[in-house]
Amino acid sequence: MQAILSKAKILFPLLILVLWQACSTIGLFPTVKVPSPVQIIAALQDLTVVGLPQGSILLFHCLYSLQRVAIGFMLALCAAVPLGIVFGWSEILRKMITPVIEMLRPIPPLAWIPLAILWFGIGLRSAAFIIFLGCFFPILLSTMSGVMSVDPVLISAAKTLGATRRQIFFHVLLPGATPSIYTGLRIGLGIGWMTLVAAEFTGVKSGYGLGYMIMTARDIQRSDLVIAGMAVIGCMGFILDGLLRIFESRALRWR
Amino acid sequence: MSLEVRKLCKTFVNEHSGEKTAVLDAIDLAVENGGFVSIIGPTGCGKTTLLRIIAGLEVASSGDIFINGAKPAEPWKQVGFVFQEYALFPWRRVWENIAFGLEMKGVSTAERRDRAFDFIKRFGLEGSHDLYPRELSGGMKQRVALARTMITDPDIILMDEPFGALDSQTRSQMRQFLFDVWRQSKKTILFITHSIDEAIFLSQKVIGFSSRPATCSLELTIDLPYPRDVTTDTFNIYRRRIITFLDDQKA
Ligand SMILES: Nc1ncnc2c1ncn2[C@@H]1O[C@H](COP(=O)(O)OP(=O)(O)O)[C@@H](O)[C@H]1O
Ligand SMILES: [Mg+2]
Repeated sequence: MQAILSKAKILFPLLILVLWQACSTIGLFPTVKVPSPVQIIAALQDLTVVGLPQGSILLFHCLYSLQRVAIGFMLALCAAVPLGIVFGWSEILRKMITPVIEMLRPIPPLAWIPLAILWFGIGLRSAAFIIFLGCFFPILLSTMSGVMSVDPVLISAAKTLGATRRQIFFHVLLPGATPSIYTGLRIGLGIGWMTLVAAEFTGVKSGYGLGYMIMTARDIQRSDLVIAGMAVIGCMGFILDGLLRIFESRALRWR
Repeated sequence: MSLEVRKLCKTFVNEHSGEKTAVLDAIDLAVENGGFVSIIGPTGCGKTTLLRIIAGLEVASSGDIFINGAKPAEPWKQVGFVFQEYALFPWRRVWENIAFGLEMKGVSTAERRDRAFDFIKRFGLEGSHDLYPRELSGGMKQRVALARTMITDPDIILMDEPFGALDSQTRSQMRQFLFDVWRQSKKTILFITHSIDEAIFLSQKVIGFSSRPATCSLELTIDLPYPRDVTTDTFNIYRRRIITFLDDQKA
């Protein structure tokens, strides 16, 4: 059963690609609007070797995007986890802050772009800021709920074993909230990645970034390059989440 | 160290409705230095609450607690607490759970390990030092919990139905085990149990709580030499007295 499942995991996407290619070959899809998988692979090769615009190869687009996400995500992690633990712990602070969070949270990160550009100019810093906003709230809320779900008897136990408040913070609340924090990190990274590409549609000047690359492909009306770019975004998102999942299963071996 | 509870009352007030629940009503009890006292009483009468107040985890409405004749400012530093639900840290291995209190005191890793492993040996936990709590049986969990408390060397140990979740065979093994630990360590122990046999087997004195709000309605000194035999006639006499008491509480 396991073997069948793991084969199905690979075979099913392949099947879709084959069907897609078949439809393209018999002319069911107009190639300008829906390029065939073979064309997309060729486009991918173009992006990798020639680059878009010429000279700006795919690897660099990826690295620029990754850099922006990494910075925004790390900033969000460093801010949201400690804040989440504090708000999860203190009911008073939580009650004070919840309306603010719930008002800020529905604002799409992209709506901050004008302000980001005003504050930080066009460039890495404003891109990182937008991504920070995308990652921050999921991480914050998951951390809070993780802390609130820590069994109070563990806090009592730590206290009677001589832990100070500070030690309870680091040795009980933080590890107790870790499963939930990881969930938040995975959601946050996913949203951050989506936000990034969207942000690059509008506000990058450096000439690099997957979003920027796709917009360039649109300008020259090359749907094969657009889809190739989208595929890269999807794969990178998948890989990023996979990396986090590896960290997660290491950290949560006790479960 | 001795423990004394004087005229202790506790009323919970519901934050939202303002509704009051009287839980403890003028509780008086004393455990002498090195003594073993058990509390027995109906579910929900306030036994856990009493222990939490003694440990400073909850605040009394009125009344006093004395440890060695003085009112402790930070009682949780002098008492150890063994919880009904074990309360092991699920992310810590057995030895790390046992060493928790030492780690909080800043004891070096090497010394923590040494001392934890010493307890692992004495408590019959050999070979399980690197396991996580989810991998342990109930009896092993409770041994780890007891070791974790004992390693910090508290003057007084409060135990809240520690064997309540164990099957009866493990339970009588743990009863014997606790007895040995107590005789060796000479700790002052206040012990809550639902098991009449456990109470008589272990205690110098058994205190019976009435149903809520709890009052000390029975105080029974067990005048039997240790080690005790649960099959004797005299044991049975004590058993009958406690059964009668508990039946009266239901009525
Ligand atoms: N924090 C609390 N707030 C309100 N009521 C409580 C609280 N803790 C315990 N109680 C109530 O106090 C009573 C005694 O509880 P407890 O001490 O746990 O009983 P026992 O351990 O004897 O079974 C119960 O009715 C319980 O609902
Ligand atoms: Mg209880």
